[in-house]
Amino acid sequence: MELNLSISNISKAYNSKKALNNCSFTFERGNIYCIVGPNGSGKSTLLRISALLEDADRGKVIYQKGSEPLNNSMELRRRITLVFPKGGLFNATVFKNCAYGLNLRRKNKGYIKEKVEETLGDVGLIHKMEQNALTLSSGEAQRLALSRAIVLEPDVLFLDEPTASLDPGSVIIIEKIIDILKKKRHMTIIMATHNMFQVQRLADKVIFLYNGEIIEAADVNKFFDSPDDERTLKFINGEMIY
Amino acid sequence: MGLPPVVVGLIFYLILSRSGPLGFVGILYTPWAMVIVQTALATPIIAALSHSSIIGIDDIVRKSAITLGATSSQAAVKVIAEARYGIMAAIIAGFGRAIAEVGAILIVGGNIAGYTRVMTTTIALETDKGNFELAIALGVVLIIIALCVNIILHWVQKRGVTV
Ligand SMILES: Nc1ncnc2c1ncn2[C@@H]1O[C@H](COP(=O)(O)OP(=O)(O)OP(=O)(O)O)[C@@H](O)[C@H]1O
Ligand SMILES: [Mg+2]
Repeated sequence: MELNLSISNISKAYNSKKALNNCSFTFERGNIYCIVGPNGSGKSTLLRISALLEDADRGKVIYQKGSEPLNNSMELRRRITLVFPKGGLFNATVFKNCAYGLNLRRKNKGYIKEKVEETLGDVGLIHKMEQNALTLSSGEAQRLALSRAIVLEPDVLFLDEPTASLDPGSVIIIEKIIDILKKKRHMTIIMATHNMFQVQRLADKVIFLYNGEIIEAADVNKFFDSPDDERTLKFINGEMIY
Repeated sequence: MGLPPVVVGLIFYLILSRSGPLGFVGILYTPWAMVIVQTALATPIIAALSHSSIIGIDDIVRKSAITLGATSSQAAVKVIAEARYGIMAAIIAGFGRAIAEVGAILIVGGNIAGYTRVMTTTIALETDKGNFELAIALGVVLIIIALCVNIILHWVQKRGVTV
């Protein structure tokens, strides 16, 4: 299904402190978007709101099938999914964690087994299938969290710092998986990250959030070579003073 | 949570006695009255302990379930399932509370031999009569049961603690 996402004039405050201020953007299908910005700039908040896990105070999150707007139904929510930076794994085996979403979708047992094993193989957890998920190392846990989402083949995948606790080898493996999801499945992938090298390796487009505002949104090359806003340049060069 | 059992027994006595509002049911001095008063004593304990183990589950678990496609009731089931060991511990704690009860069940049960007389009330009565052998023997049995309950409780709580 062709699922297009745009956000329009999103604002959100927590305890009267602004986390997002009037953010608008249209995400094109089949691209990887990297959201960057300092700690507390609103990246995770933007992801949660776009993934329909939280309501904005003002503004709209609009999902469209072609040009036809979709309302916030279960059917829509089952075509998008978000991976949290940490936590949220269930006190059950790795296999059961990965199979959870497919079970909710009432897929048949054979399909689930095949699909889960394939996905756990991709993220390098096949040999841990029977281990309790809460006993995994933080990197393994992060890979399981990712596998739980991609096994569902969503149209839009939100990733919040998906490689934050991974070793260099695992980072490359996960980046390859993300790239394949884009190329083979035409998924729209929207991810927050602090790793500028990762942004250069993966992103089609980069969004720079600063104090809850989208300061810059550009193709990856333009973003790093000739950003429009001087704050973007400072941020990239690590010269930003907060 | 900490209702004084004797007072609860007294309240149920007044409700169930012949002139009380539910006197017509005629269950005072029957095992039913004892079951009801025990339920009234154990339920708050089980509810309070279950509640605290459920709110101890990080909200990110619920959010994860939702984003993986759960309805809000399916997500609630998942959160309760995550608290399962705490809930089991709560039920065992409630059971431990019930087997130790004397005052409340004495009042509503009447301690009728072969009918509403239980281990704890027998111990109280026999001690009163100076019949220590029987009281001590029953006391030992009761302690063994309580010990078993505690061992199970400990085991359940240990299983619940992961990482
Ligand atoms: N549930 C919440 N309650 C209160 N404040 C919140 C909540 N969620 C976010 N905030 C605040 O909103 C702002 C944006 O937070 P957010 O988590 O979106 O930042 P972030 O860009 O993801 O930061 P990081 O790089 O550290 O992950 C912060 O000031 C944060 O303290
Ligand atoms: Mg964040």
